[in-house]
Amino acid sequence: MKFKTWLLKLAIRLYIPAAIKGMRHTLGRVFQKKATLSYPEELHVPRKGYRGEHRLKKDEVGRMKCVACLMCQTACPAECIQIVGAPSPWPDREKIPVVFNIDMLKCIYCGMCEEACPCDAIELTPTFTKVAVTREEKIYDINKLLSR
Amino acid sequence: MGLPDVLKIAFVLGFFVFGLTPLMVIVERRLSAFMQGRVGPDRVDFPLLNRLGGLLPGGLAQPLADAIKFIFKEDIIPDEADKLIYILAPLMVLVPPALGLIVIPFGSEIAGVPLQVANLSVGVLFSMSVLSIAVYGLAFGGWASNNKYSLLGGLRASAQLVSYELALGLSIIAVLMMSAGNPDTLLGTLDPRVIVQRQIEHGWNIVGGGNLWLLPSGILGFILFFVSALAENNRLPFDLPECEAELVGGYHTEYSSMKFALFMMGEYVGMTIMAALMTTFFLGGWSLPFGLNQFLDGLPAKEGQILPLWLEGLLSVGVFIGKVVAILFVYVIIRWTLPRFKYNQLMDLGWKRLVPLALFNVALVAVVGVLTGGTK
Repeated sequence: MKFKTWLLKLAIRLYIPAAIKGMRHTLGRVFQKKATLSYPEELHVPRKGYRGEHRLKKDEVGRMKCVACLMCQTACPAECIQIVGAPSPWPDREKIPVVFNIDMLKCIYCGMCEEACPCDAIELTPTFTKVAVTREEKIYDINKLLSR
Repeated sequence: MGLPDVLKIAFVLGFFVFGLTPLMVIVERRLSAFMQGRVGPDRVDFPLLNRLGGLLPGGLAQPLADAIKFIFKEDIIPDEADKLIYILAPLMVLVPPALGLIVIPFGSEIAGVPLQVANLSVGVLFSMSVLSIAVYGLAFGGWASNNKYSLLGGLRASAQLVSYELALGLSIIAVLMMSAGNPDTLLGTLDPRVIVQRQIEHGWNIVGGGNLWLLPSGILGFILFFVSALAENNRLPFDLPECEAELVGGYHTEYSSMKFALFMMGEYVGMTIMAALMTTFFLGGWSLPFGLNQFLDGLPAKEGQILPLWLEGLLSVGVFIGKVVAILFVYVIIRWTLPRFKYNQLMDLGWKRLVPLALFNVALVAVVGVLTGGTK
């Protein structure tokens, strides 16, 4: 047997070189960046494109972009979107929604509604920490969605 | 018993037992957290101090808060427990290590008073024999709880501690031989103070105590002692008596409130005294490395002391504490590095590796010592 292999086998059997190597690794971990955030002072910043709670967008004159086409409602796998349309007061579209409810407790935050929307009217924001004490509060209606 | 004795006892009790233990708890918790990429407990601070303007890390008062919580928790004694032994067991874990600390020389001297609570000529024997009482605390705790998991934990504890005490004692014999007062007979001393003074004069025992031929046996002895000390303290990788995965909590499963806290404290004081013994036997006690002590005494060229004697005494205490804390730090690193042994591996290591190695070390010191002209 070569001397070097013999030495290596001895080192493995001695257990101590490996233990010291492991201890050096452990010590190195002390100085690495911590994964924990001290919550109330430091807040988690979601990555770009994070899918949180929805909002409805408005156009440049402040009207809602949604035309109540029901594409998002159809695309939604969790069936959490409920839309009731009405004739539009504006000439450039046929319908606008009068009821636009999203049940945030049913929603799986998949972003399919945003994908499906032909008018770029619905969007998932990075917000994810909104708290409610009743189930009803978690059903966001049209005003709440527009105001965000 | 005069005032100096009272002060020394107060220092040993107040610092090594009731000071270092809570400090060790919080440092270990923070360090463990850092090693796992967490932050750890950093919220509980001493009121009014305001962290000394950011100098202190957060969470230093956490052990205090824990202690208050422990005191106010309900103290449950199981109906089927053997009440007297159940109550005695935690005390028997805490008291022996604290008792063993009295023979440790934790500094040179201040104003002519040697910094050691009891200057026993058989100090080494005393501390080893007192430390071995601690095993009864663990075994009694496991037995008296009347719980199968506790009993298994107590059994494991007694077997493990008895096995590793052998290696521990044998690895010290080599040191005692190195510390021979008389080079011709190789007769050592059992006085920890003399052992330290000899190391100041000739060199630390871990590097062979002044005889370079003994360097391998010094290092071997230190490793043997360190591994055995880990096992004696039930620290990972030898924490089988309280193995959480299999035995719930081992011997202290049924303990709650302050009794559990006493078990914890006993464990930490045990670690402290093991580190203190390591420092005394192998790392030169309170002495500075690289002949700095001779330099401070003004030996090479200059006349007289460089530092005033009392300051040197204080410095020696600081050096001793520094060494103890460094060893405790290594304890923490090992805890989060090495996985737990299986029980058969534990016994295998103890009886088939450490004991023969320690015996071999004794023979090595004897033979090499005689061949190379004594151990000085």
